[in-house]
Amino acid sequence: MNFAVLQFPGSNCDQDCVHVLKNVLGHSAKLVWHKDTTLGAVDAVMVPGGFSYGDYLRTGAIARFSPVMQAVQQFAANGGHVLGICNGFQILCEAGLLPGALVRNRSLQFRCEPVYLKTVTKNSAFTNKIADGKIMRVPIAHGEGCYFADEETLVKMNANGQVLWQYCDVGGNLTDDSNPNGSLQNIAGVCNEAKNVAGLMPHPERASELILGGDDGKAIFESLIHALQNKDAAKAA
Amino acid sequence: MKAKIIITPKKAVLDPQGQTVERALAHMGYTGVGHVHVGKYLEIEVTGDKETVRRQLDEACHKFLSNPVIEDYKLEIVD
Repeated sequence: MNFAVLQFPGSNCDQDCVHVLKNVLGHSAKLVWHKDTTLGAVDAVMVPGGFSYGDYLRTGAIARFSPVMQAVQQFAANGGHVLGICNGFQILCEAGLLPGALVRNRSLQFRCEPVYLKTVTKNSAFTNKIADGKIMRVPIAHGEGCYFADEETLVKMNANGQVLWQYCDVGGNLTDDSNPNGSLQNIAGVCNEAKNVAGLMPHPERASELILGGDDGKAIFESLIHALQNKDAAKAA
Repeated sequence: MKAKIIITPKKAVLDPQGQTVERALAHMGYTGVGHVHVGKYLEIEVTGDKETVRRQLDEACHKFLSNPVIEDYKLEIVD
């Protein structure tokens, strides 16, 4: 599969994403600069973490108006798969590609630590390869990761299976203590209604190799690759 | 002319900054203070027809300067 990994001024997880996609998973990945107006022939787009445009005004607020994001809007509108990680999640929310928004952590602290994640549904392009009942251990590193959406939106998202991951304790319980930022319903990651765009605050690309302390995050990329391969097979048939 | 824009978190959104400032005020002995909300203030120099400027900035506030999911804004244009 061919991946585009976006690169904004201030992105700092772009190379990690490329590394995992290429060297760990054996696929092709290229960086696409924020001023580029086209994505080229790619199967999926990764919006990586970092501090795009210095997080000025609001996290992701300026990045969403960059030329490359107009191409991403088009790509997503045509059913293309897009995954945003950390700042990428914030950008996709600002862009209106995902519901809700990320606000300042409840603790007001930048939290940089491993968290446990429960996968709410395997019925998505981003979760299908995650083992049943698996509690993933994946690091977070953010100051604005507190997920907010209004009541009505949350009801709809739950009904549509759009909540993909929630913060939990090691036993899979959704406790307040295991919620690192005050996110509503312990939400760590969501997808859009059409289920082709997803975002999460934790960093699966930092947990895709055992040498880095764990590879639980790899299943998210494997899910996406599996979904893309199925899509290709369906097209060929 | 000058545009003055005040952006505040919506009431339903958790505002830990506001809560922390509120607690600090109480701790310092200021009584009768509550519901502190910390927001942003923008000043923008503008020229042109006042109503056109207002319309444009209103759009910019909605689209870019604030995020309607989590924030409210107040726009004022002064001579």
